[in-house]
Parts: sequence; C-alpha cells; structure tokens
Amino acid sequence: MESRSQRSARRLLDWSRSRDPWLRLLARVWRYRTAYLFLLPFAVVFLVFTVAPVVISMLYGFTYNNLLEPARFIGFANYIKLATHDDVFLIALKNTIVFAVLTGPLGYVLSFMVAWFINELPKRIRPLFVLIFYSPSIAGSIYIIFGILFSGDFYGYVNATLMNWGFIDQPINWLADPKYMAFVVVICVLWTSMGAGFLSFVAGLRSMDRQYFEASAIDGVRNRWQELWYVTLPLMKPQLMFGAILSITAAFSIHEVTIALMGFPSTEYAAHTVVNHLWDYGYLRFDMGYASAIATVLFLVMIGCNKAINAMLRKVGK
Amino acid sequence: MAARRANGGDLLRLAGRSVRTLGEGYVRTRSGIRRTFHVRATRSASGNLANLLMLAIFSVLMLVPMLYVVNNAFKPVDELFIFPPRIFVQNPTLDNLRDLASILGNSWVPVTRYLFNTVLITSAGTALHVLFASMAAYVLEKYPFPGSKAFFALVITTLMFSATITSIPNFIILSRLGMVNTLWSIIVPAIGAPLGLFLMKQFMSTVPDSVIEAAKIDGTSEMRLFFRIVMPMVKPAWLALIIFSAQNLWNTTGDIYIRSESLKPLPYAMQQIMSAGVARAGAGSAVGLLLMVVPIAVFIASQSSIVDTMATSGIKE
Repeated sequence: MESRSQRSARRLLDWSRSRDPWLRLLARVWRYRTAYLFLLPFAVVFLVFTVAPVVISMLYGFTYNNLLEPARFIGFANYIKLATHDDVFLIALKNTIVFAVLTGPLGYVLSFMVAWFINELPKRIRPLFVLIFYSPSIAGSIYIIFGILFSGDFYGYVNATLMNWGFIDQPINWLADPKYMAFVVVICVLWTSMGAGFLSFVAGLRSMDRQYFEASAIDGVRNRWQELWYVTLPLMKPQLMFGAILSITAAFSIHEVTIALMGFPSTEYAAHTVVNHLWDYGYLRFDMGYASAIATVLFLVMIGCNKAINAMLRKVGK
Repeated sequence: MAARRANGGDLLRLAGRSVRTLGEGYVRTRSGIRRTFHVRATRSASGNLANLLMLAIFSVLMLVPMLYVVNNAFKPVDELFIFPPRIFVQNPTLDNLRDLASILGNSWVPVTRYLFNTVLITSAGTALHVLFASMAAYVLEKYPFPGSKAFFALVITTLMFSATITSIPNFIILSRLGMVNTLWSIIVPAIGAPLGLFLMKQFMSTVPDSVIEAAKIDGTSEMRLFFRIVMPMVKPAWLALIIFSAQNLWNTTGDIYIRSESLKPLPYAMQQIMSAGVARAGAGSAVGLLLMVVPIAVFIASQSSIVDTMATSGIKE
C-alpha cells in the first residue's frame, strides 16, 4: 500500500510528463502551490483595489451610471460628449497637457540632474542635500504655503518683494488671474517633484560600479559631461524607466494643488485639470459613467506617454 | 586593475590640475599615455566648486517655503500680518502652539480621537502592507511559478495609476463591500499599493539563491525560511516600505470615504483649522509645522536604508 502523499507525488510526476500541455501546467502550478499561497493575500487586495478599478473605469465609460439606478449601456455617447459637447473638458485637457509637459519632463530632468550633481559632491555632505531636495515631496500638504507666498494682496511675499524692489506698482493677483495661474501651479508642482524617482536616481548613482568610470577615463572620456552621456546615463536606464513612470503619474494627476491654491472651480477654469473634471462629475454630479470615460482617456494618454519615454530612453548614450 | 580601492578623499596635483586619487590607472594625456595614481581625470576642481555653489543656491530656493512654515509657527499674530512680510521671526512665541492645543481641546470630537484614527490607520495599513507585499515579492522573485512574470508586469503598469484617478471606481467597490464610512476604506486599499511590492521585489534580488537552497536542504519549512532568514536580510527594504506607506497614510484626510466626524483622521481636522483663515492664522501655522515635521523626521532617521532599497528600484527590460 502506498500512502496518500506518495500517491499524489506519483500522480504529479505523471502529469508533469504528460503530453497534454494543460496537465503539465497544472503539475507546475501544483508544484508551486506554496508560492501561490504567499502571493494570495497581496494579490487579492491588489486585484480588487488597484486593477479592478481600472477595468471598471473602462467598462463604466460606456454606460450611464448614477449609482442609484442600474448602469445603462450607452455606447460611445460619453466619449462623443467629451469630444464635442464639453468645452470645460477641452479646457481641462489643454491645461493638463500644459501642466504635464511643463512639470513632467522638467521635473524628471531636474530630479535626475540634481541627483547627479549631489552625487558629484563629497560623500559626507550628500545626505544633507538629499534631505533638502526630497523634503518638499513628503511634507504633507505644505504646498498650501504657496497660497500665502503668492497671495494676491500685498501681504503675499512674492508681491511684497516685487513691489519693494520696484518691479511692480500694483499687487499681481497670482491665484485668480488666468495669466499667472499656470505659472504658480508649475512652480509649486516642481517644488514637490523630487520624490521617489529622485531617491531612485540618488541610490542608483551611488551604487554604480567605479570600474566603469575608470575604464571610460582610459578610453578617452575627458570630462564629467561626456562621462554622464556615455557611461552614467546608459547604466542608469533601469532607474530612469522607474522614474519616468512616477513622473508621468505625478504630472497627469495634478489636482490637489490647484484646488488648494486656486479653489474649485478656478477662475475661468484656468487651472482646471482632467482630474478636477473627473472629481466634479464623479463626486458632485454623480455621473459615474462620464467620470469613468474621463479616467479612461487619462489612462490611455499615460500609457502612451510611458511607451514614448521608453522608446526615447533606448536612444540614450548612442 | 586597481590594487588599492582608495576612499577618494586625497588630492593629487597632476598636469596642473588637482584631481582625486581613486586608485592606480592609466590616463591618456596630451603627452601620451602615462601611469598615474588616479583615474578621476574627468573632474576639474573648478567644476566641482561650481557644482557645489549651484546646488547651494538651488537648495536655498527649495528651503524658503519650509523655513517660512517653521518661522510662522513661532510668530506672534502681529508679525504674521506685517508689511513688508518677513520670513524670519523677530519675537518668537509659543502662543500659536498653545492656541492650537486649546482649539483641539475644545473641539466637538476630542483631538485624541482624530489622533487615534490616524495612528490606527497608519500602523494597521503599514504593517499589513509590508507583510503582504514582502510575502508576494519573495515568491515573485525566487519562484518561477506560472503567471509570475505576467503578474509583475501588471504591477509595473499599475504604478502609473495613482489612487486619485482610480478613486471613483474604488468608491463603488468599497460601497459594494460595505466599507464606506469605516476606517477599512482607507486601510485596505493601501495594503495593495503596487509601489511597495515593486520595490520589495527588486530588493529581494540581492538575497542570494544559495542561501535559500541551503536552508531548504537543511529541511527548513517555507514559513521559517521566509520569516527567519529572508525577512531579516531585506530589512532596509521593509524600512523603506514602512516609510512610503506610513507617509501616505499619515497624510490621508479620507474626505471621500469617511463621513462620520468621529472616524476622521488627524490631517482632516488640521485642514479644517487651516481653512479658517485670518481668525486662526496663528493656530493654522502651528498645524503646518506639525504636518511637516513628522514625515521629515522619519525620513532623517531612515535615509540610508531607504537609499539602499532604492538602489535596486530600476526596471530592467
């Protein structure tokens, strides 16, 4: 008589040698059953609260759904309305792209350059500079302070300083004048843009093998800029890809800053972003279908950007 | 090549330029190839100085808003509204902190309740996130089970979708599960944050496979192997995960998912005080200081292990 475990082990052996690919897969799955158990708790939460929302957004985009009645399928009506009937969405899309173009690439390049400059410093003082540049991104909702710095009356620090130095006679209404609002948002977002991506760059640069630099110096690299382009950047590609993802996320998700500084809705919607618009329809008007369509547009734009950046990173150092 | 791995501290004068010595090597100079004691010929002293100066100026700009927050917290009310405004405080006072304490002491819901909520959210969410993410990261990195690659690819893609964009479908899911208006609505979604799994998985690659194989040959159980051998080896990474997760949860206002006042977290109460404008400008500035100090202090305490973790954060094609 063979025991139960012996029997199952023999069946597994049979399966793994079977000609049926499904049985072979089943045998592999069964072999790694403990691994699946380890993965399970995270996978459940991750799938329900991170992946499912994305899928649901894409599906709900085709429905009318106010949460009270059952969702009703309406085809592409939401997207058609977005493109043709919703002027505010077009303004929001324009603003989002402007903010994303100004803060995304600029914040990304700035994060890398600052990390690289810090890495050029003697080892002892590096942590101090890392702390200074990283702090704004973790300091809670401290960007509210920009509302006081850029306050529209002459108590605002920027206005007071400019008036003191005689650049302007009248205080500029930074937070309510559409001419200046984008500028303030960009400054504020850039201030907080040295986040996890920046830390990734700092760490990647720090842990780089010195032999590459020694070899490149012998091969004729003459200064730090050549070294940056031909040695450092190609070696940093994995970190650069990670940083790119985080930059895209940050650049396209700008919304709290504009609400905190310019209110909701902002003057002439000049600081209205796609995420603001999404919240407007989702939480104020409870048109979840329409809000989901907005989210889907945003997902597609973000994935497209990520693909484009990865394609560009492949050309680095050539 | 280099027999001596120098520390990079000593300077050497060569060909009229001061350079760092980093070990023996060969350098091509105008007069031909010559053996030197340095290979850091790619750095000029003037460049290093310019670099330091530029960073110093830049960091002052970064610091201004934060300096302002710190100084404001100690300004008496007349200084808060002085013209022209000054960044630095003249007559420091603790009145603002006292005001804040009295406002919080007299609020309808006691401040200890807000604090309790935030501490509970932060500790429960972070502990479960670190545990679950580490377990998942361990098997994703060390066991080539069917579907592991696809799962990790999914994790990388979802790094892009921040919680703000998925908040609407999330609200629907949470309400179906009956979690809206409970603290679970903040804790549970944070457990499955993809960033933590991603960082942990990349860091797990520094654990040598031989260690795991040796433990298995010794007959160590999977549970013991994970908790007693692997987890201690990735300590820098779980410190980093704790920081990222705790920072996120500490700052959560929970304004959408939580309606009952007694379940609101601390940042929500703080925001209410801050938004009261001129009347509470003093207390508001004290709030600013409090919200800022905690995450920064935590980062200072854990900077080196975070940077160790981030060194493995790259995405390889």
